[in-house]
Amino acid sequence: MVDTQPQITARDLTIAFGDFVVQRDLNFTINRGDVFIIMGGSGCGKSTLLKAMIGLKRPASGEVYYDGEPFWASSEREREDTKRKFGTLFQAGALWSSMTLAENISLALKQYTDLSNAQIREVAAYKLMLVGLTGFEDYYPSEISGGMKKRAGLARAMALDPEILFFDEPSAGLDPLSAKRLDDLILELRDSLDTTVVVVTHELASIFSIGNNSVFLDPETKTQLATGDPRKLRDHHPDLAVRNFLQRGAALEGDPAEAIPA
Amino acid sequence: MTAATLTCRRSDDDSLIITLSGDWLLRGDLPGIEAVLQEMNQPAKPSSIDFETADLGGWDTGLLTTLIAVHRGANDREITVHESGLPEGARSLLALAFAVKEREGARRAPVKLPLLARVGQTTGEALVSARELLTFTGELVLSSYRFATGTATYLRSDLAQHIQEAGAEALPITTLITFLIGMIFAFVGVMQLQQFGAGIYTADLVAIAMVREMAPIMTAILMAGRTGASYAAQIGTMKVNEEIDALTTLGLNPIDFLVTPRVIALLLMMPLLSLYGSAMGILGGMGVGLVMLDVGLMQYVQQTVEAVEQTDLWSGLFKSVVFGVLVAMAGCQQGMACGDSALAVGQSTTKAVVMGIVLIVISASVLTIIYINLDI
Repeated sequence: MVDTQPQITARDLTIAFGDFVVQRDLNFTINRGDVFIIMGGSGCGKSTLLKAMIGLKRPASGEVYYDGEPFWASSEREREDTKRKFGTLFQAGALWSSMTLAENISLALKQYTDLSNAQIREVAAYKLMLVGLTGFEDYYPSEISGGMKKRAGLARAMALDPEILFFDEPSAGLDPLSAKRLDDLILELRDSLDTTVVVVTHELASIFSIGNNSVFLDPETKTQLATGDPRKLRDHHPDLAVRNFLQRGAALEGDPAEAIPA
Repeated sequence: MTAATLTCRRSDDDSLIITLSGDWLLRGDLPGIEAVLQEMNQPAKPSSIDFETADLGGWDTGLLTTLIAVHRGANDREITVHESGLPEGARSLLALAFAVKEREGARRAPVKLPLLARVGQTTGEALVSARELLTFTGELVLSSYRFATGTATYLRSDLAQHIQEAGAEALPITTLITFLIGMIFAFVGVMQLQQFGAGIYTADLVAIAMVREMAPIMTAILMAGRTGASYAAQIGTMKVNEEIDALTTLGLNPIDFLVTPRVIALLLMMPLLSLYGSAMGILGGMGVGLVMLDVGLMQYVQQTVEAVEQTDLWSGLFKSVVFGVLVAMAGCQQGMACGDSALAVGQSTTKAVVMGIVLIVISASVLTIIYINLDI
């Protein structure tokens, strides 16, 4: 299923807030059908990197290429077209609270397709079925639980059958079972729809169960330390910080307190 | 892109074979499933449903929604569906979609109540919110008692900040509005009074109108839109973020901590703003008077000083104290009663401003009647 056709490439990407550099010189390639993990300790700029990839924050320098086309160097209009291929699940779901779940999903469909209202309703119902929320079309986000909000957010992200799905901390705030179910769902969607998935997370369980490619960001050196299959990085990467992170500090001999990044 | 087609036929063993071909993409024109349903509704219903997809091109959600509709139709009529003819991806998506059973009682039918029931419901809701308002007022009174006896927990720095926001930071807009109101009054006064040769009484008109009525009411309406709304939005957002619950669990009374300092801030600042507004209005009127009338500066000032009595000043100040409390209460009460969504914050902000202005106008009328009867 997974061919190795590069779909997203980051080249010399530097992201900064004003003069404050968050991460510099990031270089990685995401292939079609990958589940790509952006990982690293808290505060290393994982979410900011995601924002640079989906067009919310312009990088200080460098470029992200989608199918070989530069993203930030292109015109606003071309960028909008590229963004149409994305689906994004935000950390807390970010559902629009004034709309029902069905309306949340329908907004993009109404905007970008010529479907009739009945068809849109069917599509919304189907997307909710996929994430296990059958029959919840007419609920408002405030009426459902946090885990359900997340799944509804995923249904909304999938509304337009995106080629690439971005997840910001999908399992944060979920119980282990729900987190695992979400992981399974991500894999299932990747396999059935051939979607490329980019996930920001620091949950080791998720990283190893779904990821087949990754980039490791380090808050100390402010750059990437490693990129590749997270399981291989865990076992064979020469850098202690990378192995340590992926083995929950077990790679570090001596004082385990040093394993906690400052 | 080839057009999507759907044909169905009965096989020898009486199963219904649905043939799908072409590109089944959402953006294309997809055929409906009426033909399938018609076959299913025949007296001799098909024993099972099979799919043939040899000529199926690309597919996306469009195919899946159709398949789900076929599935639902078959389930209702207890016909088995064989999915083996479908592409593998579609099969697993179907499995995923039907993996979680619809939760019992989850689906809601839109309820349309008859008119009488809706009237009753609205009345009931109005009663509930009136009760809430009463409870809130009671809590505020109790909280004021705690403030008076010094047992309330709040942040002094918060209070200082509220005073600054409702006081000094409101000066520019107050200056603008009251100055212009004073000018408008003077224009009207000069036009009318000059006809009787009583142009100099414009000074009296402007001064008394500003001090007794216009400055208190205009600053109060201004503050209802400016500060009352911000109180409702602040407290409402805190409610949405469960920050108020966090205060309660810490043993802090949210009324003491959030509401009373704001009420005190407006109670203190509103009369000062109103006094300042009166002065600005009189200045604005004086500008117009001096230009349009044939009077000197000293004469106009003299006329103004003689016109305004102390009771005028006190009655105006008392009004603005009442307005200040009402505006702050409207803002805070709506904030505390806010629902739990972004929409609800907007609604309670709107309600806070409307309620504030209505309360201002009602209390202004009541106070004016009382003043007249007491001959103040």
